Amino acid sequence: MVNTEIKKETMILNMGPQHPSTHGVLRLVLELDGETVINATPVIGYLHTGMEKTVESERYIQAITIVDRMDYLSCFFNELGYILAVEDLLNIEVPERVKFMRVILCELQRIASHLVWLGTHALELGAMSVMLYTFRERELILELFEMCSGYRMNSSYMRVGGFYLDFPKGFIDRVKDFIDIFPSKINEYETLLTKNVIWKERTVGLGILSAEDAINFGVSGPTLRASGVKWDIRMAHPYSGYEFFEFEVPVGKHGDVYDRYLVRMEEMRQSIRIISQAVENLPEGSVSINNPDIILPSKKDAQIGMEEMIHHFKIVSDGFSVPQGSTYIAVESPRGELGFYLVSDGGNKPYRLKVRTPSFANLQALPLMLKGIMISDVVAVIASTDIVLGDVDR
Amino acid sequence: MTKESFIIWLIAKIILILVVFVALLLTIAFLIYAERKIIAFMQSRIGPNRVGPIGLLQPFADITKLFLKEDLIPAGADKFLFVLAPCISVFTAFMAFSVIPFGRDIVIHNVIIPLQITNLNVGVLFLMAIFAINVYGIVLAGWSSNSKYSLFGGMRSCAQMISYELPLGLSMVGILMLSHSLSLRSIVAAQSKHWFILMQMPAFIVFLISSIAETNRAPFDFPEAEPELVAGYHTEYSSFKFAMFFMAEYASMITLSALAVTLFFGGWLGPSFLPPFIWFFIKVCLMLFFFIWLRATYPRLRYDKLMKFQWTVLLPFSLLWILITGAILI
Repeated sequence: MVNTEIKKETMILNMGPQHPSTHGVLRLVLELDGETVINATPVIGYLHTGMEKTVESERYIQAITIVDRMDYLSCFFNELGYILAVEDLLNIEVPERVKFMRVILCELQRIASHLVWLGTHALELGAMSVMLYTFRERELILELFEMCSGYRMNSSYMRVGGFYLDFPKGFIDRVKDFIDIFPSKINEYETLLTKNVIWKERTVGLGILSAEDAINFGVSGPTLRASGVKWDIRMAHPYSGYEFFEFEVPVGKHGDVYDRYLVRMEEMRQSIRIISQAVENLPEGSVSINNPDIILPSKKDAQIGMEEMIHHFKIVSDGFSVPQGSTYIAVESPRGELGFYLVSDGGNKPYRLKVRTPSFANLQALPLMLKGIMISDVVAVIASTDIVLGDVDR
Repeated sequence: MTKESFIIWLIAKIILILVVFVALLLTIAFLIYAERKIIAFMQSRIGPNRVGPIGLLQPFADITKLFLKEDLIPAGADKFLFVLAPCISVFTAFMAFSVIPFGRDIVIHNVIIPLQITNLNVGVLFLMAIFAINVYGIVLAGWSSNSKYSLFGGMRSCAQMISYELPLGLSMVGILMLSHSLSLRSIVAAQSKHWFILMQMPAFIVFLISSIAETNRAPFDFPEAEPELVAGYHTEYSSFKFAMFFMAEYASMITLSALAVTLFFGGWLGPSFLPPFIWFFIKVCLMLFFFIWLRATYPRLRYDKLMKFQWTVLLPFSLLWILITGAILI
């Protein structure tokens, strides 16, 4: 008898860490049957920098520059989350102007981050022009950041208790210019993609994540909302004055790649709405609290005043102490719930900082979404979850 | 043919071959430059502008660079096939151009020299055969590289190119019925009154889609879809072997554009204020521009969906169109 049974074997394909479309250094071990994915295992840690540990040996004010660099596409959210946690332990209420300024910066950052996502997402599906258009507009936002903080990325502009400097002259006008032109640019991207037959063919019904699975995996942000769960921390637990603004939380229906795309496109429009409200109603006043133990005196005062000089020396050399206790503060970053669990032992350095990053939680759901799809769609699904490896590994 | 006229014919042919070969190489070089410039313009960038005036010498800088790179053969690769694959690709790509007519006959000392390297009476069949061989270059490259990404690229292009040869061939059948000839020269001659595109518009659409798939160009560039397969079948190729694949891709693009012009747009025919080969060149350039334009605009389709589209839509449609053409002719 001849054995007619065909021997079937699966193939293991290592996608990454060096691969053009794994958003940095994600490694995916794919078990393939032909071009169909049977199993996918993400391997992380290639960008581990030990930031949580580093923060323990830095004073509170120095740690801002470190948390800044975790999610390098949305630095203001890292700053804000961390600062809100410190302010919570210090029991500080910042002036309203500070809250509004923070909201303006964060929403601009959200747009910038979504533009990178849109560009890379489209590029991975082969529409390369979109990437260059989105980076053209992102450049405008980065110029705004450079104008106010001196840095385009990782700006370290926010401080505990407010800001060191107010927005420079002309900044608000330029923000207004940006919100005037940007909606037409979103329409431009949508003309290229939203109704494009090939784009829909590639994204509709792909990488479906049910609402139940999404909640069980701790998925948050646009990825969760695309599955039909209306959960946005800005709405559910308003922080930094989000309760003053009117905006909608876009929600998807099917939880597929196309819905995630639609949700993020709508989020950019809502961000514009929030920014225009904040710019219109920006209150006058001080940009920091009046507490010389925490806020550095101005350079001019420190050079002539005795008291100010002592405070300046004290803050720079020793920082400030934070009362004993612990707190958890979460902000809605472009990727989802970005939480900071901060423990203080009463000293001038954090005792422990644990960061709950959205990319890490969202990445857990990836194998579920990848099961049974084709290798060409793997990149589309990765892109639609919008992970940043710096945020995953930190 | 007398001895003297044979010698004239021979010399003319050799010169013609050399001219066509060099012209093709130059067109490839400047096509790459033009593609980069046009796409840059569409994407609000500047494009190459450092080497020579407005970057015109960029292709030569690229070629020199590729020559000077280390030529690697990966461990575990099948060396013979690994070297053979780019040769097949580049050879077939250039071969295909030999039956394309690009001008009226010229007469030197009573010897008629057609402006075409060879006027085969089965020109269309010859082209189809060459396209079939072209697949081997890519499949062997994917197979011999000993890399999984290359293998995927090779497999995809094998399936894709073989499937798309069917509608590509069938889309030409209507033309052959109208012109009663397989020779490309006669097909051009048959279009002296009106171009075949007027009567064969549906066939042209089928031809266009198939030729994009056949040349592995966007939006059907699966064999080398860089976000998925790194670089597809030529992932492991470096130095001049890579340049050969690159040249082959662009040469096929030119050949298929030239074929489209010959079959549907009256080849070198045109108003007499410009010489015929200039008309031919302009038409080919417009076709190439279309290829480039597509690349800047569309996302990539998925490979299995393209295959499905071919077998369920394109193939029945082109068969139906042949029936319709036949019915009209009768």
